[in-house]
Amino acid sequence: MAQALIDVAYIAKLAKLDLTPEETASFSADLNQVLNHVAQLEQWDTSEVAPMYHPLPVFDAVREDIPGDSLSNDAAVANAPAAEDGQFRVPKVVESAH
Amino acid sequence: MLNGSISYWRKQLTSGAITPTELVDEISSAIEKHNPAVNAYISWDKESAKAAAAKADISLPLGGIPIAVKDNICIQGEPTRCASRILDTFRSPYDATAITRLRAAGAIPFGRANMDEFAMGSFGKNSAYGVTDNPAAPGHVPGGSSSGSAAAVAGGMAIAALGSDTGGSIRQPASHCGIVGLKPTYGRVSRYGLVAFASSLDQIGPLTRNVEDAALLLNALCGHDAKDSTSSTEPTADFTAGLGQDIKGVRIGLPKEYLSEGNDPAVAAAVRTAVQKLTELGAEIVEISLPHAEAVVAAYYIIACAEASSNLSRFDGIRYGHRAANTNGLDDLYSRSRAEGFGAEVKRRIILGTYVLSSGFYDAYYAKAQKVRALVAQDFADAFEKVDFILGPVAPTPAPALEGSDMTPLQIYLADIYTIPANLAGLPGISVPCPQPEGARPVGVQLLGKHFAEVDLLRVASALETALS
Repeated sequence: MAQALIDVAYIAKLAKLDLTPEETASFSADLNQVLNHVAQLEQWDTSEVAPMYHPLPVFDAVREDIPGDSLSNDAAVANAPAAEDGQFRVPKVVESAH
Repeated sequence: MLNGSISYWRKQLTSGAITPTELVDEISSAIEKHNPAVNAYISWDKESAKAAAAKADISLPLGGIPIAVKDNICIQGEPTRCASRILDTFRSPYDATAITRLRAAGAIPFGRANMDEFAMGSFGKNSAYGVTDNPAAPGHVPGGSSSGSAAAVAGGMAIAALGSDTGGSIRQPASHCGIVGLKPTYGRVSRYGLVAFASSLDQIGPLTRNVEDAALLLNALCGHDAKDSTSSTEPTADFTAGLGQDIKGVRIGLPKEYLSEGNDPAVAAAVRTAVQKLTELGAEIVEISLPHAEAVVAAYYIIACAEASSNLSRFDGIRYGHRAANTNGLDDLYSRSRAEGFGAEVKRRIILGTYVLSSGFYDAYYAKAQKVRALVAQDFADAFEKVDFILGPVAPTPAPALEGSDMTPLQIYLADIYTIPANLAGLPGISVPCPQPEGARPVGVQLLGKHFAEVDLLRVASALETALS
């Protein structure tokens, strides 16, 4: 078997995605196959080529700064799994010192 | 089963043969009858469609015409789940600009079409709400990711539908279901309210019974939108203007790289038939080369997954979507909510995308892919010096069977080879069905045009459609 190119368990941490051991193993196999295919990109000389981040040139596309209606507070929190007083409820993020 | 194009139903409406409310009822009955077997729709709100139908202004270009909408395009007050468990309870607080424009043209958004979760897939099998069958080839996949949009139209449950195309997700299901699918030039249609998969590739477009309907829908959808900074300021046009016009002297390129021996015989035959018909119509067929054609899948999956890993970071269980229960701190809440909410293909692509953007790998993968993308775009720029349009297959094979044709992710990705280039380069592309022998699976052919050349692209597609039928 070819050397593993991707440490799926580590990348899953970066992506904030809990994977089961089965998922980690199967994604590792799948993505190694994909990355072996992707290695063919090395054959193309791109030393003189600028990366193309966008299909058409878009520079400084800003809209006019015109005040207007936006979502109401009620609408903004309507889909929240937990909300209170018009705000999103989240778990405690600051731990007390021990 | 509901047949008839937009123009057919418009005539019925304007002549008073049917009212908009009756038309919604007809479609509703067709859905109730056929959807249990096909699963083209995840949800449909008959009452809200009937309320809109009661107020429909049939003097407008699409007045009274119900349009099915892929589940990743926001409709105010309706579920927009992207066929994902993570958005199971989500109701959109606003209309996508595409929906606002459809409404302004008199159309009635009706029905949320099934899809591959977050538009990631080629078979319609990656939906948390069940697989979709292909009404034109039962027992086979409808294609993807706009699986339900294609199946709803092909299965007589919609007159026309909206889909989105990131790497072929409109054109490939249209081909597999025997209908027309149009991906407009990048920037033609606002992406505001389209749940983002890969922002530099995504584009909304129509899936329809014929080329004229695609033009009629494009007329409604196009135009600059201040809410999408990437939407083009290019003037819009009457996209029906070229329909029925001749195509004598049009130069059509046939890339030698697209005539692979790996293509299914029915696909190769469809391209040959299209070449013959276009020649008979007076077009000049020119053999061309797209030297970087074999690089597109590799470049695309790096770029699309990188953008997806960033775009899908918003699904964190805080502001909307599924939140895991009994979590221990914020990181655990994020990681478990996402683990419980996303399906396997979405997770796989988030992992790949995160990897190619991670420290130490960015230049080797992401930056390299963006440079190869520039080479692919240059291939097209060079080709369009010699020809006006490019003809090719849509997919290497007709629709695979729903069961028993398991492929690895890489094998599935490689089948996108003919549709991906238009997304990488931002070009418009259309899939036109090529009639097949009785009982055979549908096969389409693809025409690609220069940026913003939709009027002429639709002219050639319409001439080809007429010649083929």
